[in-house]
Amino acid sequence: MYSIVRKKQLNETVMLMEILAPQVAKKAEPGQFIILRATEDGERIPLTVADYDREKGTVTIIFQIVGATTKVLSTLNEGDSLADFVGPLGRATKTEGLKKVAVVGGGVGCAIAYPVAKKLHGQGCEVHAIVGFRNRDLVILEDEFRAASDKLVMMSDDGSVGEKGLVTDALKRLIESGEQYDEVIAIGPLIMMKFVSKLTKEYNIPTVVSMNPIMIDGTGMCGGCRLSVGGEMKFACVDGPEFDGHQVDFDEAMDRASMYKDFERHAYEKTCNLFQREVE
Amino acid sequence: MPNMSPVKNEMPSQAPDVRNKNFDEVALGYAPETAIEEAKRCLNCKHKPCVGGCPVKIHIPAFIEKMAEGDFEGAYQIISEASSLPAVCGRVCPQENQCEKYCVRGIKGEPVAIGRLERFAADYHNARVTGKPQKPESNGHRVAVVGSGPAGLACAGDLAKKGYEVTVFEALHLAGGVLVYGIPEFRLPKAIVQKEIDTLKELGVSIETNVVIGRTVSIDELFEDGFEAVFIGTGAGLPKFMGIPGENLKGVYSANEFLTRINLMKAYQDERTTPIMHAKRVAVVGGGNVAMDAARCAKRLGAEEVYIVYRRSLEELPARKEEVEHAMEEGIIFKLLCNPVGILPDETRFVSGMKCVEMELGEPDASGRRRPVVKENSEFVLDVDAVVMSIGTSPNPLIKDTTEGLDVKAWGGIVAEEETGKTSREGVFAGGDAVTGAATVILAMGAGKDAAKAMDAYIKSKE
Ligand SMILES: Cc1cc2nc3c(=O)[nH]c(=O)nc-3n(C[C@H](O)[C@H](O)[C@H](O)COP(=O)(O)OP(=O)(O)OC[C@H]3O[C@@H](n4cnc5c(N)ncnc54)[C@H](O)[C@@H]3O)c2cc1C
Ligand code: FES
Repeated sequence: MYSIVRKKQLNETVMLMEILAPQVAKKAEPGQFIILRATEDGERIPLTVADYDREKGTVTIIFQIVGATTKVLSTLNEGDSLADFVGPLGRATKTEGLKKVAVVGGGVGCAIAYPVAKKLHGQGCEVHAIVGFRNRDLVILEDEFRAASDKLVMMSDDGSVGEKGLVTDALKRLIESGEQYDEVIAIGPLIMMKFVSKLTKEYNIPTVVSMNPIMIDGTGMCGGCRLSVGGEMKFACVDGPEFDGHQVDFDEAMDRASMYKDFERHAYEKTCNLFQREVE
Repeated sequence: MPNMSPVKNEMPSQAPDVRNKNFDEVALGYAPETAIEEAKRCLNCKHKPCVGGCPVKIHIPAFIEKMAEGDFEGAYQIISEASSLPAVCGRVCPQENQCEKYCVRGIKGEPVAIGRLERFAADYHNARVTGKPQKPESNGHRVAVVGSGPAGLACAGDLAKKGYEVTVFEALHLAGGVLVYGIPEFRLPKAIVQKEIDTLKELGVSIETNVVIGRTVSIDELFEDGFEAVFIGTGAGLPKFMGIPGENLKGVYSANEFLTRINLMKAYQDERTTPIMHAKRVAVVGGGNVAMDAARCAKRLGAEEVYIVYRRSLEELPARKEEVEHAMEEGIIFKLLCNPVGILPDETRFVSGMKCVEMELGEPDASGRRRPVVKENSEFVLDVDAVVMSIGTSPNPLIKDTTEGLDVKAWGGIVAEEETGKTSREGVFAGGDAVTGAATVILAMGAGKDAAKAMDAYIKSKE
């Protein structure tokens, strides 16, 4: 169960894995996520579905090695199995009736934005993809995005790839140049989604963002994934993970995401030390 | 000759200031001689009022009679005619509101310690069973059980014993429901729950973890896959919050999250990577078993001061009496007639305190309990750095939203016939907290057993 059939390092810190999970692959849709445990006594972590192959029965995940769990996960190899892999969770992206959409992805969030772009493109919607990375070395899924969009704009913080600047600069320029989007879908760091939403609000363009808060069960039991949307409490795992970007309280979400920062740094260092010792 | 001592034989327990630093079981169980002595307090009344107080009608005087004779296995057999989880219920049932409430010995002293005797018989049996239970011959019918809490486990067990091929689907990575993620180790050792689950597997029940019904597979698809009847035992659902300012600050947990991190994810063990806040001063809001468990866990994680904040008085506390006593002994501070009105942030947006008001009891409300009303100008700030909200749950809409024709009540609970668990959808039965809202292990177990009977009748009626 849940064996790793393909593993690929996309850049220095981002890894792709294709996992055998036929039940999940059968149902997965863009926008949904899974929860996995790498090992028997590991943490449960949510990751968004990056791709799926219903015939092969596989689900692709793309993750950044940021904490203890992703570190452990990254050391597993093709042929190894994950302890647990449950999903698909959350609601799928609503794509019906959209004719022209700007899909904005930032960093590893592009892994989540890609299947959405692919689905929209596949159903005949005009897709403008705007993807941003810190620098050239961190670029992922460039070819995939090119194939799944009618226009691709790449941005980077240092100008080492695409144009120098933020995704919001590119989006603003497109809007100003007269492009009329039915919707903007923004997926990436909270701060990016916050500023994309702020921008589109000025132009009154409906905007969907994908939230990935702290989660445990992913079924609506623990309440850890709660966030404020339009002043109301929502649970990302049952009500989301996608929400109206104009309604989400991003500042609060950013706050909550930092709850275990110290703890995680500590756990990460401990895990790294452990690997270090094994290697030595 | 009955033992006429007016008080129960005391339960040997870890000392309060020792146990509030570890997660080992608090109550250690009777010795055989004590069990016999306690059993002899039973008068074996003709009219058996205790049985009337038991939600699953265990033949209490009959099993106690066996205990008094020293036939502990015989006692266990009598209990297990009516109960699927004696070792669990002996530990967590609110006996003071059930069997023991009606015990005649309770009129002029303490009732017979029925719960402790039940626990003893079950532990005695569990320590000695050899060999595996016989897997019954299959009757060729397949049934599905959704959720592996006490309701699901009881339903699965009874159906398996009748020869059904039972598959239990569980959303989490571990079976057991609240018994594994909610109730802490020090009250219900997880090895006991695991044993019940192993027994089910030996009976031929297949347990599929990591399957969320309504997402991974829908109820309709279960029928398409050839299951002839489905039992829904998905539990109480999403945690409620109060709707006061500050509930999304860092350091505010729902009891479910707090307890899941500790019990399911074992955040109290050093080698685990599950994060949890080791707060110094913790307020737990609520007065049920869940609140007591959260408070006692917080203490065990090293908090110096832990408060139970409850808006009514001691008398109305809904938790089991024993849990309240244990909590008090362990140094939990009870802030009664006290209600939070807001949670305050520090400059990094962690909790720095909780603003509360004092309450007094007014006229009785619809539930018959006296309604707490706010005392004027009584606002004060409780100095805490973490808050655990334990004020109840509301049903998870996942299955309702994905199952056409499944009726739910206005508050979200699944509509099910009390005696049979029958829902508005043919072949679909339900029971436990998903139907009643948060209740008790024994009621959930009883509902699972009743539904198993009805599902058997339903499938036979179609043959
Ligand atoms: C902390 C705590 C302490 C308690 N203490 C006591 C006590 O001392 N005494 C007492 O009698 N009662 C106590 N209770 C209450 C008691 O535990 C519950 O009433 C009882 O467990 C309900 O059983 P259940 O089978 O209905 O649901 P649960 O035990 O909640 O089990 C439901 C299961 O279904 C799974 N599930 C949910 N949705 C899905 C889905 N869509 N697909 C697949 N699986 C799903 C869940 O993951 C869970 O494992 C306590 C509860 C808590 C939380
Ligand atoms: S992750 Fe637990 S409720 Fe959403």
